Amino acid sequence: MDNIAKKLLELVADWKGEPTKSAFNIREDSECAGRQNTENVRIESKTDRPGIDIIVKNNTKGEKIYIPALVTHSGVKDLVYNDFYIGENADVTIVAGCGVNSDGCDGAEHNGIHRFFLEKNARVVYVEKHIGMGEGTGERIINPQTYIEAAEDSYMEMETTQIKGVDSTKRFSKAILQDRAKLVIKEKIMTHGKQYAETSFEVDLNGTDSSAHLVSRSVARDDSKQLFLSKVNGNAKCAGHSECDAIIMDNGCVSAIPEISANCVDAALIHEAAIGKIAGEQLIKLMTLGLTEKEAETRIVEGFLE
Amino acid sequence: MLELKNISLNLADSKDILNDVSLNVESGKFVVITGPNGGGKSTLAKIVAGIFKPTSGQILFDGQDITNASITDRARMGISYAFQQPVRFKGIKVRDLITLAAGRELTTSGVCEYLSEVGLCARDYVDREVNASLSGGEIKRIEIAMVMARGTKLSIFDEPEAGIDLWSFQNLIQVFRKLHDGIHGSSIIIISHQERIMEIADEIVVLSNGKVLTQGTREEVLPKLLGGTDTCHFCPREEGV
Repeated sequence: MDNIAKKLLELVADWKGEPTKSAFNIREDSECAGRQNTENVRIESKTDRPGIDIIVKNNTKGEKIYIPALVTHSGVKDLVYNDFYIGENADVTIVAGCGVNSDGCDGAEHNGIHRFFLEKNARVVYVEKHIGMGEGTGERIINPQTYIEAAEDSYMEMETTQIKGVDSTKRFSKAILQDRAKLVIKEKIMTHGKQYAETSFEVDLNGTDSSAHLVSRSVARDDSKQLFLSKVNGNAKCAGHSECDAIIMDNGCVSAIPEISANCVDAALIHEAAIGKIAGEQLIKLMTLGLTEKEAETRIVEGFLE
Repeated sequence: MLELKNISLNLADSKDILNDVSLNVESGKFVVITGPNGGGKSTLAKIVAGIFKPTSGQILFDGQDITNASITDRARMGISYAFQQPVRFKGIKVRDLITLAAGRELTTSGVCEYLSEVGLCARDYVDREVNASLSGGEIKRIEIAMVMARGTKLSIFDEPEAGIDLWSFQNLIQVFRKLHDGIHGSSIIIISHQERIMEIADEIVVLSNGKVLTQGTREEVLPKLLGGTDTCHFCPREEGV
């Protein structure tokens, strides 16, 4: 593994490559660059298409699983299918970052399709970080898709972050929730230059007392554009909440298009969206604490995306 | 320490918001500015903090002309300003604001100390976001704690009592006393309508209709303010006032 791959790995998975007891699978330029199983977590290559199956045994507690994917140079167009099978009563954290480095004029692209199958009472915290690097003019593209099937009493929390360097991203997430299943999605995006980011959520609340909480916080700077689409279908007695908060700066543009459909009289669905520039009074407040206007702006954006 | 010389602020198509206001706040003094709503008190505080620029007049701080100094420069020179309506921030925590105010790294217990002083059960608050989930009274106290953490030569509070419950009010008075005694030679300006705050002032200034009506020691001004019918004396609409 060269220095670019190591740097990407550190950025997306907070992992410096030191020995670990955790299960991991590192994908580098469409190849497997390292894998480790544990007693409770088994990682297997798919035979019919690129990708892996991650199988977590019932009752596995407190394990962390690293599934980073790296594209280290231009001209690579990666496509991967990863399926996660989380056993009953398991409680695990999955770190699945993606780093794309473009050093030439050809683009570097990663398309990850992740499917999660949570069995009864399973609990997953899924952390996904996206980062683009490199001096090349080729576009850095990341298009993740997430598909979640959550059985009774399961809990899935998904935290996604894309702060720098990705020129174009289209994210699609779809979840189907059974009785008392709960989904929390926290998304953070910052776009610069002429970047484009599109996020689309679709959640079917099929089970009684299922709930979904989707929060997107984004900052669009320079000439970048973002589109936020969310569709929550309340098909039973359920609670759904989606929230899109965006700060626009320079010539940044953000569109939020919410759709909430209550197909059951006991479905309670809420959507909130707020888009605007940094409030002048926030800048003034921090300036009265001794920060310059630029420092205040940086601090407000950092906090907003924290 | 702070000298305002003939400060006026006029907006086009509007009455004069401040009209030839001159004021001298000496080192170590506790000054209360009071007067009817709309009389120009908050505007005056914002002019001192640099948020508004006066149309004419001069502001001196420690003998230096700061009339054209920025908000940041004035803050760094030692002017603190607690807003009447504190600002909320999504994602910024109480701990972050107190640390920014102090201008140095603080331990959790360091942050808690300031919060306890303003009557907040500190550990419950340090990691709360300064967003809409805080009540008006809570955010008001955090605003006061920030000024305490700054510990500057001049502290200005705009109606600090607003939104604070009666039970906490006595504590608030202690906070101001302590702040005043804590930094040698520091001055405090409080905009307030509260008699009990005026009772601990060295000087009281009555601002009405953009002008200084009265300025003097507490002993001189307070009895007039509280003296029955004389209260109407400060009504801005009254002829000749």
